[in-house]
Amino acid sequence: MSQPIENQKQQVNFTLNGREVGGSAEPRKLLSDFLRQEMALTGVHVSCEHGICGCCTVRIDGKAVRACLTLAVQVDGRRVDTVESLAHAGELSDLQKAFRKHHGLQCGYCTPGILMSVEAFLEISPKPNEEEIRDMLGGHICRCTGYTGMVRAIKEVVEQRNEPVPLIEV
Amino acid sequence: MKPKGFEYLRAHSVEQALDSLASNGDDAKIISGGNSLMAMLNFRLLEPKVLIDISRLEALSGIEYKGDYLEVGAAATQAQLQAWPGLAERMPLLALAVPHIGHFQTRSKGTVCGSIAHSDPSSELPLCLALLGGSVVLRSKRGEKVLKAADFQLGMLSTACADDEMVVAVRFPVKRQGAGYAFTEVARRKGDFAIIAIAAEAVGGTIRLGIGGVADKPAVREWSDLATDALDDKLNELAWELGGNDDIHASAKYRRQLVRRLGREVIETAQENGVAVKETN
Ligand code: FES
Ligand code: FES
Repeated sequence: MSQPIENQKQQVNFTLNGREVGGSAEPRKLLSDFLRQEMALTGVHVSCEHGICGCCTVRIDGKAVRACLTLAVQVDGRRVDTVESLAHAGELSDLQKAFRKHHGLQCGYCTPGILMSVEAFLEISPKPNEEEIRDMLGGHICRCTGYTGMVRAIKEVVEQRNEPVPLIEV
Repeated sequence: MKPKGFEYLRAHSVEQALDSLASNGDDAKIISGGNSLMAMLNFRLLEPKVLIDISRLEALSGIEYKGDYLEVGAAATQAQLQAWPGLAERMPLLALAVPHIGHFQTRSKGTVCGSIAHSDPSSELPLCLALLGGSVVLRSKRGEKVLKAADFQLGMLSTACADDEMVVAVRFPVKRQGAGYAFTEVARRKGDFAIIAIAAEAVGGTIRLGIGGVADKPAVREWSDLATDALDDKLNELAWELGGNDDIHASAKYRRQLVRRLGREVIETAQENGVAVKETN
């Protein structure tokens, strides 16, 4: 006997952290669960599941969005990037290093979402001031750090990324 | 915290979405950004049988300046509106209000029309639409109609959109000649649900004041040529009329005081902004 239509899985093909992937999901499957359970990307954290905390934030076509408010079937044909895309060959990205250096995380539960937000934000505003940084962080809840270390880390990365490149190779 | 099962239809045209609405009626829901709808599905406050996704419809993704008004299509995001080049100049109220809608991470996906269709009384865009006297474009297999904000907004999460209709666009009137605008909001955390949101337009001796978050839908009042001390009485009257409740976020008394104090402040700022506009013209 065939399953009721709402339980039938649909094919989802998309680019995940730079690789073409495919999977199948029931329509009701949240993107956050799909990434964790089917794609084994457990860096995507889930907490409130109704859009308040921001810890599930991933990038879809470059934009920072709540994965818990997105259906897996909606990313068919899209590009999705998670925190797993940041480090390369075991080497943390500049942003991750700065978070570590400035104690931008403690338990780390909120961190993957925040890192993805920051990356999307810095693409749109490459030279934000502190107020703008704080405003953007307002979309995330962190119960450990008090945010100050994150602000410092982000400011440092902004400075590093905007440093003029040397004219002569040194 | 997971939605109940439903059938998912990615619409390839507005007509296809309307067909599905016509045959499924109340059992179908339109999804675009999904910020509000997905939360309600996750809580199982809603259990539609069919979800019609219109977020990829090119025909609905535009923001178009049409002289008297700005028309925002049903798939256009709040971030898109925020980035619209003429916003500060032509739509000063929206420029002030949009940064208060959710957060950077939700405006990226949340749509303008979704917020209007959801009709949460504490939302910024329904308040702006009501204050500016904008309108909503509804379409169904039966045809298209345009409703004034006041006729569209019926109450808490309740609108005049029929089961077989969908919001295809909203129209925000552009800045009126010589008008000044102001907007403010009180929330526990910036971007959270507003305990109160206040918008005002001042032009000549006329003031329009809109209050969101207190009654079950945005409330708009218009007063002309008020004596200075009469304003306090009007605001006090309004504060009582709105009938705000005691809840976990604020007491009814505190809400009334916000109407009185912030109401005056916002009106004065709108008037000052109006004067500033005149001087630069
Ligand atoms: S889990 Fe998605 S916002 Fe909290
Ligand atoms: S580091 Fe623990 S919640 Fe942010």
